[in-house]
Amino acid sequence: MLTPVVDADGTPFWEYAARGELRVQTCADCGEPRFPPRPCCPHCRSFDHEWRPLSGRGRIWSYVLPHPPLLPDYAEQAPYNVILVELADAPRIRLVGNLVSEAGARLDSVPADRIRIGARVQAVFTPEGLPQWVLERP
Amino acid sequence: MAPMAVLKDATAIVGIGQTPFAKQLPETERALACRAILAALDDAGIAPDEVDALASYTMEETDEVEVAKALGLGGLTFFSKVGYGGGGSCATVAHLAAAIASGQATVGVAWRSRKRGSGPRPWKNTTVQLPTPAQWTRPFGLLRPADEIAMLTRRHMHEYGTTRDHLFNVALACRNRANQNPAAIMYDRPLTREMYMTSRWISEPLCLFDNCLETDGALACVLVSAERARDCRRTPVYVHSAAQGLPAQHHGMVNYWNDDPLTGPAWTAARHLWKHADLTPDDIDVAQIYDAFTALIPLSLEGYGFCARGEGGAFTEGGALEIGGRLPLNTSGGGLSEAYVHGFNLITEGVRQLRGTSTAQVPGAAACLVTAGEGVPTSALLLRN
Ligand SMILES: [Zn+2]
Repeated sequence: MLTPVVDADGTPFWEYAARGELRVQTCADCGEPRFPPRPCCPHCRSFDHEWRPLSGRGRIWSYVLPHPPLLPDYAEQAPYNVILVELADAPRIRLVGNLVSEAGARLDSVPADRIRIGARVQAVFTPEGLPQWVLERP
Repeated sequence: MAPMAVLKDATAIVGIGQTPFAKQLPETERALACRAILAALDDAGIAPDEVDALASYTMEETDEVEVAKALGLGGLTFFSKVGYGGGGSCATVAHLAAAIASGQATVGVAWRSRKRGSGPRPWKNTTVQLPTPAQWTRPFGLLRPADEIAMLTRRHMHEYGTTRDHLFNVALACRNRANQNPAAIMYDRPLTREMYMTSRWISEPLCLFDNCLETDGALACVLVSAERARDCRRTPVYVHSAAQGLPAQHHGMVNYWNDDPLTGPAWTAARHLWKHADLTPDDIDVAQIYDAFTALIPLSLEGYGFCARGEGGAFTEGGALEIGGRLPLNTSGGGLSEAYVHGFNLITEGVRQLRGTSTAQVPGAAACLVTAGEGVPTSALLLRN
């Protein structure tokens, strides 16, 4: 499986995720959250920021079911789901992830017919610190 | 008062050239580039040593130095490369038009040479990952452009009732035109609805026939001032309007992190394109719209103002994209069925339509929209004869 190739701006996101925390970069001056992380606030141009903890709740905005040809580790689980989650605390931020039956489960652990746009999901984390999502009402 | 549009009809495409298209060609990308450029200059009746401007894509592997020294070009005073893959296609011509209209150069060549069928495939490479934004997508198995566009497609279906039949209408129109074009990869391969509906998935909701071809090939075109174009041997095809588009808070193909991911770069390019044109979408006789994926057509139809937001799927109904329809589309077969060379074949086909020499000619075509990839930072041209 691919691990995130992290850049300087993204490093804190993954450090918090490794501790089981979902946080987004937020302007320390005007309070606007932004994603992906970047050096400067596009709203007020401040360079000061903090990493705001989120509830980890969201809704599925869209999803796809990739089929081969894929990288071997992914082809082995295909068709699996990739979902796009609109965050309850920051609706313009949509995180790419996988809907799974429980933290650390395979990418195909939720049957495709259980996935629908608008479904409420909650963030969980793999032992490796990758965020995943489970249905609020499985 | 709007600023004077100095670009409008100031330059014209006077030569086009291409190599054969195939899944695999024996020659190198560099050799293919040279052949396409020489063919375009020959078509224009302009000697290579008169070329003083070049434009291509940042992804083009053959650089200006190699082209200029292999072909014996004259001293170059303008050279430019445009980023974002297929989003740069029309911008290569736009940059040359701006250079020639402003006196920085006199004879410009734009080109693209690509060996995709035989080159490396992103989903086979386990080690190389681009940083931002790949760190936010690839670990989760959103690996390919098809996966990224499928995400927008599913949402468009959910919000607006776009269907697989709408996407099939796009695939079919392109295939029907390819069946008229002997140079097209899919020239002798008709497509049926049953073939489409039973084909294998690539990334649901996109199936095999929603995805462009993988092609080796090269194309080029030659641009000069309108004044000089009138003395060239081909019917001049004027660059009436040109635009690039990078919307505020856009993030590349994974355009998921702004207010409205379904209004992509096409909307930004379109605003500028029409603002500086004497034409409206109603005046467009034929369109060459970037089709790496069928779903880019509904999104582009909306962005360029051929229909309202959300109506791009329904627009394709009733043969609208066929010859004789409301907006004949990708009349050489496009990236879906002629060749996928980062959209450059859409430019050359736009030129053929306005010369009256297409293999699927729209009678009396006088204005053609050509677009680059939607989803990525993009570009577009309005061509007229
Ligand atoms: Zn701010």
